[in-house]
Amino acid sequence: MQAETYNYKVVRQFSVMTIVWGVVGILVGVIIAAQLVWPALNFDLPWLHFGRLRPLHTNAVIFAFGGSALFATSYYIVQRTCQVRLFASGLASFTFWGWNLVIVLAAVTLPLGLTSGKEYAELEWPIDILIAVVWVSYAIVFFGTIVKRRVKHIYVANWFFGAFILTVAVLHIVNSAALPVSLTKSYSAYAGTTDAMVQWWYGHNAVGFFLTAGFLGMMYYFIPKQANRPVYSYRLSVVHFWTLISLYMWAGPHHLHYTALPDWAQSLGMVFSLMLLAPSWGGMINGIMTLSGAWHKLRTDPILKFMVVSLSFYGMSTFEGPMMSIKTVNALSHYTDWTIGHVHSGALGWVGFITMGSMYFLIPKLFGKKEMYSLKLIDLHLWVATIGIVLYIVSMWIAGVMQGLMWQELEADGTLANSFVQSLERMYPYYTVRLLGGVLYLVGMLIMVYNVWKTIAGPSTEPVEQQVQPA
Amino acid sequence: MDIIDIRSWFTVVMIITFVSIVVWSWSKKRNKDFNEAANMPLNEPETPRPVAKNLGDNNGGEK
Repeated sequence: MQAETYNYKVVRQFSVMTIVWGVVGILVGVIIAAQLVWPALNFDLPWLHFGRLRPLHTNAVIFAFGGSALFATSYYIVQRTCQVRLFASGLASFTFWGWNLVIVLAAVTLPLGLTSGKEYAELEWPIDILIAVVWVSYAIVFFGTIVKRRVKHIYVANWFFGAFILTVAVLHIVNSAALPVSLTKSYSAYAGTTDAMVQWWYGHNAVGFFLTAGFLGMMYYFIPKQANRPVYSYRLSVVHFWTLISLYMWAGPHHLHYTALPDWAQSLGMVFSLMLLAPSWGGMINGIMTLSGAWHKLRTDPILKFMVVSLSFYGMSTFEGPMMSIKTVNALSHYTDWTIGHVHSGALGWVGFITMGSMYFLIPKLFGKKEMYSLKLIDLHLWVATIGIVLYIVSMWIAGVMQGLMWQELEADGTLANSFVQSLERMYPYYTVRLLGGVLYLVGMLIMVYNVWKTIAGPSTEPVEQQVQPA
Repeated sequence: MDIIDIRSWFTVVMIITFVSIVVWSWSKKRNKDFNEAANMPLNEPETPRPVAKNLGDNNGGEK
């Protein structure tokens, strides 16, 4: 009988596509950042208009880059911590091709202007159905592997991945409910304020579960692996899990402060957002303290540096977020570029860096190499990207606060002191610095591509999962 | 019982649930299990655990 092996094929596929889609998504981001400095860069073509490329950017980085990373790492971790081969290899393969088909369809339809107009859920109904089918398959593969596990305990990383998969299924199906009028046009099943509330219940939980819970799953596995130490407090990880998932569910209304949403719902969203600071920081501390007694490794290990810097950004943005959800702060920050800065400190710093750290850990193992081609290049990537993030978020802080103040400034007779265009004119220097930050982040990503390429093409030191696949 | 009562009781139930999770997590009885669980990623084998062996020793991540 052939010895059973782990299914690394699908993990390899998703890992490579993580890096490919990362470059594409960040490149589109850089293009639209450049358009905000030089509007002529849309070349008067509707397909290159900011309004069409911006959802392409968000979909590409969240669902193509982040999504592929989540598939890759969850499939890797669930097999190894359950000590059993992935359930339903064929279905796992379907999730890879299905997910990439979704991404390609998004890349075609969004520039064509086909959109349902819901932020982070822009794709039209036929693609939404495909997403639902792929996602249910993902759930079957993941939970099927949990069910047939050969150890009793379900490791904490799998709890986070499980919550992420389950919740995203519910969020996507509820928020995407729509009445189709043609193949490419549909109307939401909800109306008015209810539609807005459903949208931001989805939208904020897309942040909380897609961009947080799943990536916390990576943190709870790859940081202990890379540091070669068990997680600081397993007890804390249990409390972290239950509090994080129960609080995130209610935070959505903070996206609708000072709108037609009933005031009590706004306050509820604000209070739950404030409480979220506790589990968020509990998780961050748990991750960072995993290194206690091994701090010296940070001097020499660039992969560990990626992971710890990601946690620092996680702590920073999960402090900033609750603060911005306070209604009085939100009165200043809402609709300004401060929000854009906040999102990017979470996305570039936390999601991006924990993904890159995890990929630098995974790639050599998946391709049977001893380690990455160059540790120096990982270090270079870290510094170029970190400087890029700092430029990005600092420029957006200044831009956002300036916008908020200018929009609120009143003349003695109570009329607005500034028009929108007057505030826009003041944005040029900050938008230029933001573009520079984005370019640096993209350069870092290209350094990663080169490093990964050389690693995969380099000589193998270990057999790739013995190259045997059980039938 | 009106909606306000239901909301009040829900709050109480949620607080009890939270306190129970904390008490459960920090109880001394969990020490051994949680230590084993925390070490799962560090002790995992490079290939899946053989089927025949697993039924008896289903505890935590080691062995």
